Formats: sequence, structure tokens, C-alpha cells
Amino acid sequence: MTAERTVLVIDDEPPIRRLLRLTLEPQGYRVFEADNGQLGLQEAAARRPDVIVLDLGLPDMDGLTVLKRLREWSQTPVLVLSVRDREADKVAALDNGADDYLTKPFGTEELLARMRAVQRRAPEAQEEPVFVSGDLAVDLAGRTVTVKKKEVHLTATEYALLHELVRHAGKVVTHAQLLRAVWGPNSEGQSQYLRVYITHLRKKLETTTSGKLIQTEPGIGYRLLASE
Amino acid sequence: MTEPSRPNPDALLAEIQREEQSAKRGQLKIFFGMSPGVGKTYAMLEAARVQKAEGVDVMIGVVETHGRAETEALLAGLPIIPRKKIDYRGVTLQEMDIDAILARRPALVLVDELAHTNAPGSRHPKRYQDALELLDAGINVFTTLNVQHLESRLDVVQQISGVVVREAVPDSVLDQADEIELVDVTPDQLRKRLAEGKVYLGERAATASENFFREETLTALREMALRTTAEHVDQELRDVMRTKRIGAPWKSGQRLGVGVGPSPFSGQLIRWTRRIAAAMDAPWVAVYVETSAALSEDEKRRLTKNLSLARQLGAEVVMTTGDDVASALLAAARDQGVTEMVVGKPSGNRLLELLQGGSLASRLIQRGGDIDVHVVSGATRTGAPKRRPWTQDVGINFLRDCAAGVGAVVAATGVGWLLQGVTGYAAISLVYLLCVVLLAMVLNRWAVLLVAALSALAWNYLFIPPLYTFRITSAHDLMMFSMFFVVALAMGHITHQLRTRETAERRRERRASALNRLLESVTASASLEDGLARAVKEVDALFRSRTVILLATAEGRLEEAPHPASTFSVDAKERAVAAWTFERGQAAGRFTDTLPDAQGLYLPLQTSKNKLGVMGIHFEERNTWTLDENDLLETFAGQIAVMIESYRSIETAQQARVAEESERLHRTLLDSVSHELKTPLAVIGAATDGLDTQLKDAGLPLTETFLDEIKAANRRLNRIVTNLLDMTRIDSGRLPLNLEWGEARELLESAVSQVENEVSRERVHITVPEDLPLVRLDFGLMEQALCNLLVNAVEHSPAATSIDMSAQLDGATLLLRIRDHGPGLAAGEEKKVFEKFFRGTGSRPGGTGLGLSIVQGIARAHHGEIDAKNNPAGGAAFTIRVPVETTARPS
Repeated sequence: MTAERTVLVIDDEPPIRRLLRLTLEPQGYRVFEADNGQLGLQEAAARRPDVIVLDLGLPDMDGLTVLKRLREWSQTPVLVLSVRDREADKVAALDNGADDYLTKPFGTEELLARMRAVQRRAPEAQEEPVFVSGDLAVDLAGRTVTVKKKEVHLTATEYALLHELVRHAGKVVTHAQLLRAVWGPNSEGQSQYLRVYITHLRKKLETTTSGKLIQTEPGIGYRLLASE
Repeated sequence: MTEPSRPNPDALLAEIQREEQSAKRGQLKIFFGMSPGVGKTYAMLEAARVQKAEGVDVMIGVVETHGRAETEALLAGLPIIPRKKIDYRGVTLQEMDIDAILARRPALVLVDELAHTNAPGSRHPKRYQDALELLDAGINVFTTLNVQHLESRLDVVQQISGVVVREAVPDSVLDQADEIELVDVTPDQLRKRLAEGKVYLGERAATASENFFREETLTALREMALRTTAEHVDQELRDVMRTKRIGAPWKSGQRLGVGVGPSPFSGQLIRWTRRIAAAMDAPWVAVYVETSAALSEDEKRRLTKNLSLARQLGAEVVMTTGDDVASALLAAARDQGVTEMVVGKPSGNRLLELLQGGSLASRLIQRGGDIDVHVVSGATRTGAPKRRPWTQDVGINFLRDCAAGVGAVVAATGVGWLLQGVTGYAAISLVYLLCVVLLAMVLNRWAVLLVAALSALAWNYLFIPPLYTFRITSAHDLMMFSMFFVVALAMGHITHQLRTRETAERRRERRASALNRLLESVTASASLEDGLARAVKEVDALFRSRTVILLATAEGRLEEAPHPASTFSVDAKERAVAAWTFERGQAAGRFTDTLPDAQGLYLPLQTSKNKLGVMGIHFEERNTWTLDENDLLETFAGQIAVMIESYRSIETAQQARVAEESERLHRTLLDSVSHELKTPLAVIGAATDGLDTQLKDAGLPLTETFLDEIKAANRRLNRIVTNLLDMTRIDSGRLPLNLEWGEARELLESAVSQVENEVSRERVHITVPEDLPLVRLDFGLMEQALCNLLVNAVEHSPAATSIDMSAQLDGATLLLRIRDHGPGLAAGEEKKVFEKFFRGTGSRPGGTGLGLSIVQGIARAHHGEIDAKNNPAGGAAFTIRVPVETTARPS
């Protein structure tokens, strides 16, 4: 077992907090709790947790506000866990710095998988030059992509898109984030480009055996599957 | 540095816009000939048959065969749109039915005899205007035209043939033609055909035609037709060279100017200038100088006609004021960057010209500086109008003014007579002088000169010794008399000038203050209703009219009922005129070229962004309508449109605020309800998951079964709560669509993966055409709809059977279909299944009867529909039809 990881749960519902503690502690997490936003921010500063699980409907302030305040000084991964299931809510949370989003009710297994994904650091060319998921391998230093050991030729745009997905592998990346990263800051209205390139990428990367590598989150964005 | 071959970007842009414009507009092809009988109609029909054979949708709008068998034979197989019957004073006339053509929308329509004048009561007075409207609607037009009907050639044709042609087509129509086909025969051939009776001469027949079909005339007409066609080809070539940047036919910045007045000769000058301008490829300006001299009704009408002729022929019309016509013309010309000025050859009164410091032409030449002056003869030509009688020349009021002047002189003489004994004869001159100055304030210039002369003579005859003779004996008296004469003339002139300037000033002032009042009352208004009422009041007061305002609805149509601020109401016929104005964004009705028989004059109320409505003006007593008044009314309409737009945008902003506020409230409420309902569900779910892991290896089979029951019940409860909340959201009518581009296949696949717990992937077969373009939908909502349909299909079909999903495009409609192989719908339930809480026969327990209502709600939010049918081969089929935007699929 690796060194003990810490998690901060910010939620006003005691049963949810209790359940999360019961679920997470056996997985090796040390759990801190906060039942409102203000306390949540204090705890985040004091405990410096490895990951934060945040509810959006808090009694004293909106979860989005907590997220924005937190992002002013901290890059701690945040998983939002909320009953709000509209895409607009999800996109707002993700665009304000949340690393992933899960709606209540949730499956325990899925929660654990998402928590692992958000804690994985974005691979950078210097440290972890090759990203591997299933048949796909992306050499970030050499900028080469192989599927089943065979090199695949990508255009500059396709590569930029894949690179952005790899950087957030396992996490959902919103349309706006992808457009900004690949096409620049003023491209947010042009989501049809994105669809076209995602289609191209899928055609080139997904073989019949590999299944879906790039998952669609309707109305929100895309997620690149990361092998555990 | 010279840059010889770089086209001006603005010119290029204009060229591109013209190309885009003409891509949307219909193409115009003109079959052009020198005279009747050359076979234009025949050529047009032959060309149309070729098109028809190529599969083009050709229809005949109007074709005159004049009973000629060869021509009639060509009509076979070309469908004809029946002509419209118009009753005019007991006679039934037949005209092309433009509405029927617009409704039928053929690709190409044949419109014979472009110069034809329509029966009174038609939409446009002229057939060429019908043709232009068809072109605007994107319909291609084939038409025929003779050179003598071309506006700029009218007077030349008249000179050559002696025949007065009344039906004219503006040259700008010819310029708009995408193709001109010259139908040419030699004069000899034509005369032979004439002799064989193969040429239709119209009802007036023989006498005029004898002149017209003389060999010399025909040769001249033929030359004219050839040259016109050549000029057009030249123009096209230049257009091509400009866009393709071949060589440099860039003329230096030439710009022509022509002085326009109320004289009929002006028309000739305008046509001459237009020809030269076209040949030089230069823009041209028509300048009207408004002087203090009052115009008769006749003159006003002719002036308006001349100015609109200039506009039709492509001139920019500029108006200026000043009593010295030459200076005013030159000032305007310099403002407009005119390099060459066209003016008529002097033909008038030498004496008058001498008084004014030379003829207009010579004054222009003297003071023109670097502007070249072309002097065009005209008055001596045959058929040129005779000079009008001098009384008419100076206006109707002239005789009355003279009479008043004479009366005043008599009165002054009487006063002088009485004073003579007291003051001596010298002082009497001051009485006369006073009389001249006073009269100069009210009478016209010539009457004042008359008064000055008369009083000088009267003074001499009656007061200066020797009495009762015109002789003057002493040098002293002679000097007094001559000084008096000069002073009287000068005073009269100066006073008169001051007065006219003041009058012009006052008129400008009145215009400005009318506009100002309108602006003030509009800004002071508290609401749109109030603002419109005030504006209508101003318009009515200024134009002595009654006004109707028709506003546009949110859907961009004209409201049925006039706005309450209106001071008159429209009947169905007038409303149609208003509707035309609204559609086309052009003025129509009285005093315009479109539907001039209407009672009212209709102006569009529009800004650069929006069509806001129509303003109609109804005049009680008025037979003329000057350009000046029209300008002012247009300015008013513009201001009123701006006012409407600003009130509308305030309204929209308020509505948006209210909607946003209620949306926020609603969302807060829904959020807290979902929070309360879903939190316990989440706890139960997570707790059972936890129990599951702990008990997995405990080997207690019953416990596992209990757990599965709890989990299933929890899932069901969760679905019910989610459905109830979704239904509430849909029912609230606040289901904002988050439209994005995406692929239909992706949508279907992700819906299937969402319900993997209930349906195994292998049961579902997805069919989507490879070439389906991207579509624009709310993918989140649509996925939810498909999930509900999938769950429904699973519940109503045996476990082993397959479920077919497909997406396809039908025009601009996306069809999403899900088909199961179960027992299908019970008879009569096809509609009911979408009702809320309806549970179909054979439903398994546990549903809420909301799933399909939600699907319907989502389809409707996309402005679409859903229907349910039994498939002939068995099973139920649900089809969602939504209108979508699509992209051409990029490669």
C-alpha cells in the first residue's frame, strides 16, 4: 500500500458523509469532513488533502463559489458529487476547475475509479514520456502515436486534440476546454470542428478490438479511457 | 511609385457582392432587336425549348405570337401560366399574372415585350418592373426588347423615324441583363418580310410604320441596336477585367455632372450624359438647383419626372439651393468631385442672359476652372419642345403682381400729389422709393422692376418740370432722375434678394424644426404607444395627411390590425400594398412606381437590422408630391423606425429579465426538491454497495438475494423520482435547448451504453447512413429521450428479440426510430401512450407512465414530434421527427 492518502468531504448531509467515510477508509483514505463551504475552505487550507469531494448544494454558499475560491490558491483535484444532473450544471462546475463530476445516486465502484483518475497527475513530456491505454500508445516527447505497435499518422490538429485528452486521461474534458486548448481562446462557438476531428481521431485510433477509447459525455465533453 | 494593376478593394468588394447578389437573383436574358418583326419572340421560344429539353422547369408568363403560325408552333409543350383578367372601365384586359408565377416558382419564365405598359390597376405600371420582381424572387427571365424602347435612345429614335415612342425601359434594366442576344436581320430582309405581311404592326398600323420601315431608318436603328449590344459586351468585358485583374482599363477618376431643371429639354440632357458616362465608364451626378422662383404645378411634375429619370438611369441626384444657378451648380459639382459638366446650348432670350451676366453655359465656362464643360444642343432639334409663352415662364402670379405694382404706383402718385405743395417735387421721389422697397418685399422680381421703371416715369411726367412731358430740362433734374432710377432698381433688387433668401431659410428652418419637434416628442414619450401617437400627430400636421401604422409581429409578419395611434384604417386592398412594402422594404402606393393606383403612400419602417413595420400616408387633397417632401417623409419614417426599435429592445430586455428571474426561482425549487428526494436514494445505494462488498465472501446466499432486491427497488425508485422531476421541468415550459453539433451515430451509441444495466449491447442493432452530416441538437436531452424509448422497448418485448435503432435525414428533418419485436401496441393506444401516467396494456408493474411523455416533451422542445405505430412485420415502432440544421460533411 502506498503512503496514506487524505480526502476532504464537503457535504451537508451527515448520512452521505458517514457513508463516504465507510466506503473510503477501507480503501486507504484518511477522511476529513466539513458540513458547509466556509469550513470546507478552512479544512482544505489546514489539511492540504490529496483530493476533495464537493457537494454543490451547501447551506452557506454555493458549491461553485467554494470551487472558485479554492482554485484561487490550490490545484488540489476536486470531484464534484451532486444531485444536480443538468448538463449546464456539470459544464459550469468543470469549467470552473472541477476535475470530474458524478451525480447522486452513485455507484461505489464508479466513485472510487473517478477518485483515482482525478488524482493521477497530468503526464508531462519530461517525466512520463509515454502514455499507454489499451492498444494506444502516445509518445509525448517524440510526438508519435501507435496503435497495436503500428504508427498512426495524425495531423497537427488531431495530435493537439489527442494531447489535451491524454493530459486529462480518465477525466472528462469539456467542449470549451478542448476548443480553447486546440483552436485558441476565441473558438468556443465552433463546436462542429471539434465533432469532425473527434470523428477522425476515433477512426484512426479505435480498432474493432479496442472498443471505445474516447467516450462521449453528451452535452458536456469527452473522456479518454485510462487503463487502471 | 505607381500601382497600375491593383484594383480598388471597395470596387472588388462591390463586384463580389454583385456576384453574390446575382447568385441569389434570377438571371436575365434579353433578346434584343432593332425593330418589330426581326424574330425576337421566335428566337426566345427556340432558346426556351432548348432549356426545356435539358430538363429546366420553363413556363410562359406572357408571349405574343400575333397569330403567326411558325411562332405558335413553338409554343407546343411549353406550359403557360394563364393571364390575369383586369376590368378597366368596362373593358376586360389581360395581363401577366405575376402572383401566379411567384406562387408557382418555375426556374425560368418567358416574359415577352418588356416595354409593355400594364393595364391600370396592375401591381406595377410597367411590365419590366414585373420582370425585376421575378428576378428578385430568384426566377430566371427570358424577355424581348426593341432598341427604340430604350430610355436613353427615345429622342434619337424620334428624330430618326419621326415616330413618338411612349413605352420606355430604363437602361439600368439592360445593364442588369446577364446576357443579351442580338436578333439581327438586314433591313432588306425585314422589308421583304414586311411586304409578305409577316410583321405585326400593332393596332395603329400603316401610316406610322411607313416612316418607320424606310430603309434609312432601319439602317440607323440597326446600327443603334448593334452599338448598344457592343457597349454592353464592352461593359461585361470591363467587369471581367476588373475582377480578374487583367490589364488596366482604369480610367482616371472621371465623374460627370449634369444640371437638371423642370424643362423638358433636361430629359434629353440626362439621356445624353448617361450615354457618355456609360461610354467613359464614369459615374455621374444630376444636380438640381432650387431657386427662389416659384414653380408651377406643371413644372414641379416635370422636375420630379426628370429627377427620377436621372435616378433610373443610374445617376446620383444632388439638390442644392441658390439664386445664381451657375455658382450653385459649380459649388455642388466641386463637392461631388465632378470633372466634366454637361449643360444645354443657350437658346433663350439674349437680353435676359445679358442681365444675368451671360448664358448659363458661358457663365459655367468662365467660372468653371478645371471642370470641363460640355455644351449640348437640343432646342433646335426637330421635335424639341417649343418655348412656353412668356406668361407661363414667369409664373401664374406674374400678372397679378404687375397689377398690384401698377396700383401701388398710382397710390404713391396720389400721395405725391397731395404732398407736392408742401415738400416740392424732389421729395416725392422718396415716396416712390419707399413704394419700390415695400413692394420688393412682396412682389416678384419682374414686377418690382416694372414698378421701379413706372415710378421713375410717373415722377418725371407728373412732377418734374416741365410738367406732363417726359422731357427734362435742367441738369439737376436729369441727375436726380437718373440717380432715382438706378437707386430704385438696386433697392428693389436687393430687397427682393434678401426676401428670397429669407424664404429659403425659413423653409429649411421649418423642415429642421419639424424634425426637431418629432425627435423631441419621441424622446418625451413614455411608451411606444405614446411615442407613435405623437409622431403620427407631427406627420399629419406637417403633410396635412392621415397616417396609418402597421407594426411587425414577433414572427416577422405584418400585424392584422393597424396600430391604435393610426388616424385612418386600411381595407384589404390597401393592406396588400402595405404588405408588399413590408416584404420588399421599398416604398409603394401613390406617387411611386409600384401600385400607384393605391389610395395611400406606404413607406417601410426599418433600420439596418430590423423590419419593424409600415407607415401609410393618406392625403386628402394633393396632386403632387415633390422629392423634397419625400425626403422629409423618409427621414421621419427612419426616425420612427429607430424609436420603435429602441422601445422593442427595452421590452425584450424586460421580458428576458422576468423570464430569467422566474427561471432562477424555478431552478432553486427543483434543486431543493431533488436534493431532498435523491439524497436518501444515494445513501441507500451506497450503503447496499458497501454491504455487497462486505458480504461477498460471507457465503450467505439469501443475503445476496435480499441485497439484489434492495438494489432493484432503489433503481426503480430512482427512475421514478428522476422521471417526475424531468416531467416537472418539461411541463414548466422552461426547457432551454443547449444546441450543439454532433453525430447521430454517436448519439444512438451513447444512449445504448447509458442503459447497459437493462439492455445488453448485443440486442440493439444500429443503422445510420455513412454520409449523414453533423446535426445540431440538444444531445443530452435527446439521449435521455432515446434511453426512455429503449427502456420502453425492453419492457415490452421478449428478452431474446432484437431492438432496431436508426437515424436518417429527410430533407431538413432528422428521423430517429426505435423498433422492437414484441407484441406491439394495443389498438387505439397509439396516441394515448404519450399521455402522462398512461400505462399501456401489458406493461410490467413499476413504471410511472411518464417515460414516453418525457420523450414527447423533448421532441416538442426541439419543435418536432413523435409518433408510435405498429410495424406491419410485428412490434412497435416509435419515430421522433425533429427539424435540424445540418452541415455539409467536411472531408
